[in-house]
Amino acid sequence: MTPHHRPAREVAIVAFAQSHHRRRTDDLSEVEMVMPVLHDVLRQTGLKASDIGFTCSGSSDYLAGRAFSFTMALDGVGAWPPISESHVETDGAWALYEAWVKLLTGEADTALVYSYGKSSPGSVRDVLTRQLDPYYLAPLWPDSVALAALQAQALVDAGHTDENALAAIAERSRTDAAANPHAQLPGTRPQGEYVVRPLRTGDCPPIGDGVAAVVLAAGDLARELCERPAWIRGMDHRIEAHSLGVRDLTDSPSTRLAAERAGAFDLPHGLKGMGGAPAVDTAELHAPFTSQEVVLAKALGLDASVRINPSGGALAANPVMAAGLIRLGEAAARIHRGASDRALAHATSGPCLQQNLVAVLEGDPRA
Amino acid sequence: MPKEPVAVVGIGQTKHVAARQDVSIAGLVREAAVRALADAELTWADIDAVVIGKAPDFFEGVMMPELYLADALGAVGKPMLRVHTAGSVGGSTALVAANLVAAGVHRTVLTLAFEKQSESNAMWGLSLPVPFQQPLLAGAGGFFAPHVRAYMRRTGAPDAIGSLVAYKDRRNALKNPYAHLHEHDLTLEKVQASPMLWDPIRYSETCPSSDGACAMVLTNRAGAARAPRPAAWVHGGAMRSEPTLFAGKDFVSPQAGRDCAADVYRQAGITDPRREIDAVEMYVPFSWYEPMWLENLGFAEEGEGWKLTEAGVTELDGDLPVNPSGGVLSTNPIGASGMIRFAEAALQVRGEAGEHQVEGARRALGHAYGGGAQFFSMWLVGDTPPAG
Repeated sequence: MTPHHRPAREVAIVAFAQSHHRRRTDDLSEVEMVMPVLHDVLRQTGLKASDIGFTCSGSSDYLAGRAFSFTMALDGVGAWPPISESHVETDGAWALYEAWVKLLTGEADTALVYSYGKSSPGSVRDVLTRQLDPYYLAPLWPDSVALAALQAQALVDAGHTDENALAAIAERSRTDAAANPHAQLPGTRPQGEYVVRPLRTGDCPPIGDGVAAVVLAAGDLARELCERPAWIRGMDHRIEAHSLGVRDLTDSPSTRLAAERAGAFDLPHGLKGMGGAPAVDTAELHAPFTSQEVVLAKALGLDASVRINPSGGALAANPVMAAGLIRLGEAAARIHRGASDRALAHATSGPCLQQNLVAVLEGDPRA
Repeated sequence: MPKEPVAVVGIGQTKHVAARQDVSIAGLVREAAVRALADAELTWADIDAVVIGKAPDFFEGVMMPELYLADALGAVGKPMLRVHTAGSVGGSTALVAANLVAAGVHRTVLTLAFEKQSESNAMWGLSLPVPFQQPLLAGAGGFFAPHVRAYMRRTGAPDAIGSLVAYKDRRNALKNPYAHLHEHDLTLEKVQASPMLWDPIRYSETCPSSDGACAMVLTNRAGAARAPRPAAWVHGGAMRSEPTLFAGKDFVSPQAGRDCAADVYRQAGITDPRREIDAVEMYVPFSWYEPMWLENLGFAEEGEGWKLTEAGVTELDGDLPVNPSGGVLSTNPIGASGMIRFAEAALQVRGEAGEHQVEGARRALGHAYGGGAQFFSMWLVGDTPPAG
């Protein structure tokens, strides 16, 4: 295994944009959804699509209901003259990872990263069952809420949380989302009926459509493009076994390992931390269910000093395939505007937090 | 900024066939991965990360299959990244893996691409009508046939060129034990007499639908020093994309393909590809794409590609062998096809291509394209480390 070391090149998130996340967008094609957000994020930097060194996107054909759905979305970038471009069939957080690695090689100085998801054309609970083991699990159609409920019940049984604590997470997230103009479910709301015990409506994310985009830049160029760049001090992602039967659903060792490799537990300026809690002031966690925030906060050792999901998190807006990239963008934007000095951003993929990505973002010290 | 040089030290393929009913998807990918590890004389513990690619998830009916494949590929506890860039994906996947090594993020990376096309029907998987958007007509052939016709009109190429390519690639495939189609009794006459599918593309000038996987182990300089067999070194790699449809697009010779090749040659210090490259593994799913890509990749002047094919330059014993492995025309597990091109190029410069080895190959190009000829990925590999 490669030991953690500070990346060979300074790379920062210099701009972030997102759509207003909505329950349905029947009136918009994917290109029409993506284009205004790409224009927004480029406008923030003054760059044009043709100035960008590398472009990478994340999305899923299964949400669009057709093969090669991303090929048309590329039209939203304006890929002429031809661009250096790639795509991951997963959350855009992993597209950002691919772009970050590309910048670390020195082959590009800037990158445009975007992702989008329209959950509204189908039943996203049914669609997500198709990502399970096709021979043993998918034929049973266990849906994403049912699987999250299994995890939540395991947490309750282990004494890590209870329904009141989950309700408090829901309440805090949606209250915070009131200050987020892009959120789909802003403001306090009733916890509601059980969807699948022990999860109530309030413990589950909204179903919605949305887009996110980020611009990365290296070194001095980042300083030119952004007043206070959000430097990526480390980023790593890890996957766990697929079968729920062989995992401890109350823990997330892949999150902890990714955080460790990303340097989350090291002190700023390269000093080794004391272990335990990461030295961050903000954590944007990709936890579509309240119970998953409990798992992540425990795996990361986050204490009460860390501001968790000030954006409202995925409980307030969960455009599948973009929600993880939004966490990175929200954490970076908080650094841009001086509300954070060192933030942890997390993205997840797969059932019950199977795959997890962690990035550590830092702003330059303020005078 | 100095990049770490990247070496290919292990390559594994499955025997590509129409239907691997004896294995699951996990069994299929693991077979290729185990062979790549064995070639490199490494174990799962030596692998720091896994980068996996395939073409649309609809082909197997599994959304994001990498999640379920994590266990089969020894990825548990490691980073696993999934790439999807349509038909070019196998090449793009290898480039993403190579970048992880080049950036110094990981030392040794397993990269793999697959397709188990027997799980579905690729023809109709590519033909879903979408309101207000151009569907890919009846399968990929329906989309590409008019562009082949445009090439013929533009260059005056005689009708027989396509069948020459098909006949050559199918004969080359007889020398490749992993190739899907082994048509021992094929003749040029039989190719020319095969049914017309999408005029001017005949049945024997189209790729098959295959089940198959291809894997490579990529590592850094220190890893290559420990490798038991010769390494192939990456001298250049690039991806380029342009929109599927727009008024100014040249479907016969897309700008993205020309730019991608130029970038790779620049990185590799190639100024005269025709003379300096010894073998080409080119993505030719329909036979006419050989002369078309010969021009697009800078091996021939515009309008001259078919003359190289006609003169036998691209034969296995020719001056510029194209698809010594039999190519996509003989083996097409779509998501893996690009990686097979990249891997076969590496086999050539390692001198490990067996019966379809090009004598003395020192530099080889692997090429892939996808979508409506809009996504390109290529790499150039050599038998010695890049300078610097």
